[in-house]
Amino acid sequence: MMMLKRRWAKYLVTTLISPLLYLVAFGWGLGRGMSVSGTSYLEFVVPGIIALTAMTTSFNGAGTRLNTDRLYFKSFDECLMAPISLTSLLLGKAMIGVVRGLFSSTAFLIVATLIAPKFHVGPFFFISLLLTCFTFSFLGVLAALLAESHEDMATFSSLILLPMTFLGGTFFSVNQVPTALKIALYALPLTHSSICIRAAALGQPIPWESFLALAVFLLAFSLGSMAVLRKISV
Amino acid sequence: MIEILDLTKEYSGNKVVDGLDLRVEDGELFGFLGPNGAGKTTTIRILTTLTKPTSGHALINGFDVMKEPIRVKSQFGIVQQHLSLNRELTVRENLELHARLHHLSRAERKERIDELLEYVDMTGDADQLIDKISGGMKRRTMIARALIHRPKLLFLDEPTVGLDAQTRRRVWDLIRRMNSDGTTVFLTTHYIEEAEALCNRVGIVYRGKLISMGSPLNMRQKLGMITVETKDNGHTKYSYFPDREAASRFINELKVSDKVVMRQSNLEDVFVELTGQKVMEE
Repeated sequence: MMMLKRRWAKYLVTTLISPLLYLVAFGWGLGRGMSVSGTSYLEFVVPGIIALTAMTTSFNGAGTRLNTDRLYFKSFDECLMAPISLTSLLLGKAMIGVVRGLFSSTAFLIVATLIAPKFHVGPFFFISLLLTCFTFSFLGVLAALLAESHEDMATFSSLILLPMTFLGGTFFSVNQVPTALKIALYALPLTHSSICIRAAALGQPIPWESFLALAVFLLAFSLGSMAVLRKISV
Repeated sequence: MIEILDLTKEYSGNKVVDGLDLRVEDGELFGFLGPNGAGKTTTIRILTTLTKPTSGHALINGFDVMKEPIRVKSQFGIVQQHLSLNRELTVRENLELHARLHHLSRAERKERIDELLEYVDMTGDADQLIDKISGGMKRRTMIARALIHRPKLLFLDEPTVGLDAQTRRRVWDLIRRMNSDGTTVFLTTHYIEEAEALCNRVGIVYRGKLISMGSPLNMRQKLGMITVETKDNGHTKYSYFPDREAASRFINELKVSDKVVMRQSNLEDVFVELTGQKVMEE
């Protein structure tokens, strides 16, 4: 938070670049004139980009920061030696990602509502967004605790985040793909984030299966993080 | 204050700490002297709950480091060997973060941070980013950070490594001041002069084992207060004597024309006699 207070303007600008590029390239460039299940492609893709932004910034906010603290600054030891419970420590490290994720995705949301004013931004939208930020923050924490180098984090991003970016229901509907591929895509947490946030934004029925799936991913990543943290601490 | 009982740490069959038994009392300025790789930092990491021992026990103020880690963590402050400040924050922000981790209230934090900045003579640099300040200032910031929660025990792991002579003296003064204010100090070092200048008692550690312990003066008296260096086929030979008179008699009886040096013994001589190696050779 101290760093974000000092650098919020710079962070705001840099964090909006990717989603705006996706919006221009896919929303207007590729998707102009297209529709998906009766919705314009622009209105379809914007919630997906919000989910993607939340994923990326939450993961990097928590994971990259923790990786840097552990391996470069070596200041994570100070946290391990502080008289706080491992649960508090873990939650604190995840919250960095949650705050950054909410900040970035809300910033893009404001831009998006200017472009696609038919958005429904209600309680389920924010709950889904919050759940997304927590899920990917904890994934970031888990990756950072397991990584033994900065290269490991880059490898994780390439092997896990990058495929999710393009296959996680952001740019196309999962219903459009063959069944075998659909099953694989449903194994990705971003797919469920996109489904939930999109359903909320377009005023569609709440997709409880995806909401539950996302909650299960959150549980898995948080328990995994705790297990690794217990192993590396006394 | 610190009790270590038959402490061992093994990595892949290699004992880096081997059956360590040690007790440090309240108010001591205790030094752990040894070369790199002797097990000093590993010992501190066990005492500060960063590493699990393979066997044995360690207690800080009666709290077992394995069984009651959270209680142990509130008993000490530590200045690690490597720089562990957050370089993207200022001096004050680093102290603020640490104070929050140690549950100080907002009012306590402000008062304590201002007090410590003055204590380490960093008041004027409090709002500088860590990346912009010198090595000595970073070290002083780490000392201030370690004292935020008023611990009665302070671990200093190689506190002056990488510092110039003048800055080193400044840090020494700070260490002496903290100890005279009632803080027990456990420091590790491979600098002989640092152990001699600061410590009431020194434990010499070599390849994971504690091979000697006592005050620097007692260790030197046991060995011989005066050292005579002579050359023997290109090698320097060391002989030890209780006083200058005995050393002078020895020198007078020598049948050599090479340079002979007579000097005060130091802890390096103690280390060499015990291990056959210099502290810095490892």
